Amino acid sequence: MTKILVDGVEVDVPPELTLLQACEAAGVEIPRFCYHERLSIAGNCRMCLIEVKVGGKSGPKPVASCAQQVKDLPPPRDNMLNELVTKSEAVKKARNGVMEFLLINHPLDCPICDQGGECDLQDQAMAYGRGGSRFDENKRAVEEKFMGPLVKTVMTRCILCTRCVRFVTEVAGVPEIGAIGRGEDMEITTYLEASLSSELSANVIDLCPVGALTSKPYAFNARPWELSKTQTVDVMDALGSNIRVDARGDAVLRVLPRVNDEINEEWISDKTRYAEDGLSRQRLDRPYIRENGKLRPAAWAEALDATAKALSGNPARIGAIAGDLACAESMKATLDLFRALGSPNTDCRPDGAVIGAGPRQSYLFNSTVAGIDEADSILLIGANPRLEAPVLNARIRKAWLRGAEIAYVGEAVELTYPYTHLGRSFADFKDRGAIVQKLKAAQRPMIVVGMGALTRPDSAAVLQAVGALAASAGVVREGWNGFNVLHTAAARVGGLDLGFLPGAGGKSAREMLQGGMDTLFLLGVDEVELPKSGTVIYLGTHGDAGAHRADIILPGAAYTEKDATWVNTEGRVQYGRRATFPKGEAKEDWTILRALSGVLGKVLPYDSLADLRAKMIADHPTFGQVDYAPGAADLAGFDPAKLGAAGDVANVPFASPIFDFYLTNPIARASKTMAECSRAKAGALKVAAE
Amino acid sequence: MLADKDRIFLNLYGAHGADLESAKKRGAWNGTADMIAAGRDWIIQQVKDSGLRGRGGAGFPTGLKWSFMPKEVKERPHYLVVNADESEPGTCKDRDMMRHDPHLLIEGCLIASFAMQAHTCYVYIRGEYVAEREALERAVKEAYEAKLIGKNNLHGWDFDLYVHHGGGAYICGEETALLESLEGKKGQPRLKPPFPANVGLYGCPTTVNNVESIAVTPTILRRGAKWFAGIGRANNTGTKVFCVSGHVNKPCNIEEAMSIPLKQLIEEHCGGVRGGWGNLKAVIPGGSSVRMIPAHEAETALMDFDSLSALKSGLGTAAVIVMDQSTDLIRAIARISYFYKHESCGQCTPCREGTGWMWRVLERMAKGEAEHSEIDLLLDVTTQVEGHTICALGDAAAWPIQGLIRHFRGEIEQRIDRYRAAKGVHQVRAVAAE
Repeated sequence: MTKILVDGVEVDVPPELTLLQACEAAGVEIPRFCYHERLSIAGNCRMCLIEVKVGGKSGPKPVASCAQQVKDLPPPRDNMLNELVTKSEAVKKARNGVMEFLLINHPLDCPICDQGGECDLQDQAMAYGRGGSRFDENKRAVEEKFMGPLVKTVMTRCILCTRCVRFVTEVAGVPEIGAIGRGEDMEITTYLEASLSSELSANVIDLCPVGALTSKPYAFNARPWELSKTQTVDVMDALGSNIRVDARGDAVLRVLPRVNDEINEEWISDKTRYAEDGLSRQRLDRPYIRENGKLRPAAWAEALDATAKALSGNPARIGAIAGDLACAESMKATLDLFRALGSPNTDCRPDGAVIGAGPRQSYLFNSTVAGIDEADSILLIGANPRLEAPVLNARIRKAWLRGAEIAYVGEAVELTYPYTHLGRSFADFKDRGAIVQKLKAAQRPMIVVGMGALTRPDSAAVLQAVGALAASAGVVREGWNGFNVLHTAAARVGGLDLGFLPGAGGKSAREMLQGGMDTLFLLGVDEVELPKSGTVIYLGTHGDAGAHRADIILPGAAYTEKDATWVNTEGRVQYGRRATFPKGEAKEDWTILRALSGVLGKVLPYDSLADLRAKMIADHPTFGQVDYAPGAADLAGFDPAKLGAAGDVANVPFASPIFDFYLTNPIARASKTMAECSRAKAGALKVAAE
Repeated sequence: MLADKDRIFLNLYGAHGADLESAKKRGAWNGTADMIAAGRDWIIQQVKDSGLRGRGGAGFPTGLKWSFMPKEVKERPHYLVVNADESEPGTCKDRDMMRHDPHLLIEGCLIASFAMQAHTCYVYIRGEYVAEREALERAVKEAYEAKLIGKNNLHGWDFDLYVHHGGGAYICGEETALLESLEGKKGQPRLKPPFPANVGLYGCPTTVNNVESIAVTPTILRRGAKWFAGIGRANNTGTKVFCVSGHVNKPCNIEEAMSIPLKQLIEEHCGGVRGGWGNLKAVIPGGSSVRMIPAHEAETALMDFDSLSALKSGLGTAAVIVMDQSTDLIRAIARISYFYKHESCGQCTPCREGTGWMWRVLERMAKGEAEHSEIDLLLDVTTQVEGHTICALGDAAAWPIQGLIRHFRGEIEQRIDRYRAAKGVHQVRAVAAE
């Protein structure tokens, strides 16, 4: 720790802090544009200039406080601590000068700029700008650049802080934005104005301190102060990114990331951010009943009666499957109802994943997302984190930047970092001994097994092989659990925690989907092929695959429309909050099930969300530990060698279940923006200049 | 006056051969092995004792700079980089050295590299210097063939020298931008700290020196630090190649003693100012980036670091630009200002935005199409750029303008008044619709 004065106040700070961070530790705010905690330091905006006094004397030049560390200061002289001066005349003049330079070529178009109200330049101009301009020359104008369907550019507003360049290069790992030209002719552009190919591309919009890069789908939609802001969690992947949902009236207008260093830092994927327009398209806003092959609108009472009738048959011939976006509450209510009806046929794994039996660690991302930062050797098996959880992929990339070695088994893919390709499946897995040695020698080894390996007919055998590998490499060790399952569905871990699995003698989802059931109750299942025979009841939000096949449709609430619980791939319980109300006559899912239980005469023992949650916690105590990832806790009962079952592994390459990142769930498929992204990715979008 | 026997660059004008044989006759490569045998501490001490200050413009003591390199080579190799990106307007000294006396530079590279335990040296040569690069490459080839440098050379210090041809950007003469460019990146200055001696080329300890600083070292070592320190004044020692251009009768490069009076330099070596000393208007004494001094100050100025900085100017690269009474100083500074606007890398705000602003105001002032109040505005803008940038290009763009306003404010005001009189208006610039 180093003692230092900040404007006369003594603070004791770690020497590796930058001067800017030292000032912040003392409670002094330093204006900045180019500096960002999670990006490399550019030091180019010069807004953070401060004066440094050594031995009571200032140096000849002010110092860029973002770019110098406390330990790089000269040693204190004359028994006086080094002092950082942030409020002197010289500092004020320097900042005012920089602000004036930034503004001389910045257009005065705040009234039509989407950044208005949340613009760093606007805010800081209030503090450091002058009342009028002294610049009498013509302003510079810069041509717009095409950056794809998400990022709108107004490059005349750009102040060349290069945050976007650093983000795509460092965090996203696709160096597609750069600066061309020099001096005042410098411009930020994508290479040949191609669409950005990163799944994290839209984070540059948040990073841009001015209105140069704004959101294309949200353009001219609203001002920030008109929006009601709800802090909730994302369900587009199993990471459970923390988000803020901004809504006006009953429409969700945009989704922004919230900072959570344990999960998503402050990034979110483009799907998380932009699937939001899917929330107001293709919605199921009233119950439907199929008659003579056609769906007709129905009243709630009628639909519930029909549902009750369909579920009143032989309990062995009815079953329930929970889909990828289901919340824990709706799954709990469904499960309780089916058990009350005497049916053991329940499953939350429509994709047929083999996990779920055994201790909780056997299906969690046990190293935790934050643990990736410590990992020094990572083996990915049948997982394509770039498509399955792009933000987590950025975290792996960060570990790689710090020196972690990455190995990979599966169909060759582009992951934004180099990896040793050990084979396409377990059949042609090369150097198994070498990788075991490498993992053994590592301090923090990780094996990440993905749904590409766990949703195959031979997955039990694959899981056993992975478990044996994990055991022989000793990745589960004192204080560290290196066995990880990367899920693709937000609902999955919650379902497994609830035991939403076949009961004694019950059928699995895969068996139920093969047909032969009288009635199938689907909790938002759209990703699998549904049986042609039997009655299908669909409780969900969108007119997607499930609703198309359904005989009875019960309209539920989307993730932004209910207070609900999700458990992410790490086993972290998180609460989502309602931002808008369900559409039309749609209801929150658990209330539908509660009403249905009344019609069936098997009244569920909870009348409120609080009661339901209390029951859930009583039955499954893990739900009581909110925002907690168990990680390496409680390792005694977990032995990876006991996972899976014996069998032959087929010589078929592991391939991710996701082929189109932008269209993985009903909300995303209903989104125009996502459709456009998907087309851009496929190369269908023409470059502007053509 | 510097005696002929004290000259270091005996072939500055190319009267003799630039080849190895001729260079050896002039003393190059003489006793190099002995210098290396004397050890690196001795070399660095000699350079420190000689009082040699960097010849690239900033005047930082060369020996001290060398001593900043880590004492031991650890896992990272050390590098010497020679800055031959001589782009400062008015400056042409390195060019003649490389063309006509390249072996002094190569010998200096070997010695300096040995002193800093570098086995590799890069000479980054300006893009426009094609003939100079060819001359230098010829000499390097000769040195390799004669086993003076290279692996297992006669001097017992494995040493490779690479000549790298730049792309022609002025900013790449800034040492850290030069390193970026050498690494194959866009030439933009780096933040300091860390300094190159710690994190330089490819992240390894690196020293960047000017051509002249390196080329004079072998002779300093041959003739002794005392000899070099005995020339010039204290703190401003040695010989220096001055480049005199502009309104003199005989523009030239001339090696002279440091601290020679400016007037003597012009009168004795350059045939005097065109039209006589009385016709002198102003002098830019150190390359286009320092503040000009008016004739009456030029009368007594000594050509060294301290004397010129006392006049709020600088020795810079010692490129003396002489301007007689016929010179339109405002136009001249406007042109220099355009140069800096054109060469700004665009990385940091004050320089990127400020250079263009200053140039545009000056362009108008050169015509007289400005307000009196804009002179102070311009001065204020220069102080907003100066000292607030990552590298010194911001300072270099601000100083010439400050020199102009400091000494010739009246001329700008007259120009404005004349323009108004001719137009018959009181106020020239239309006020924006506010």
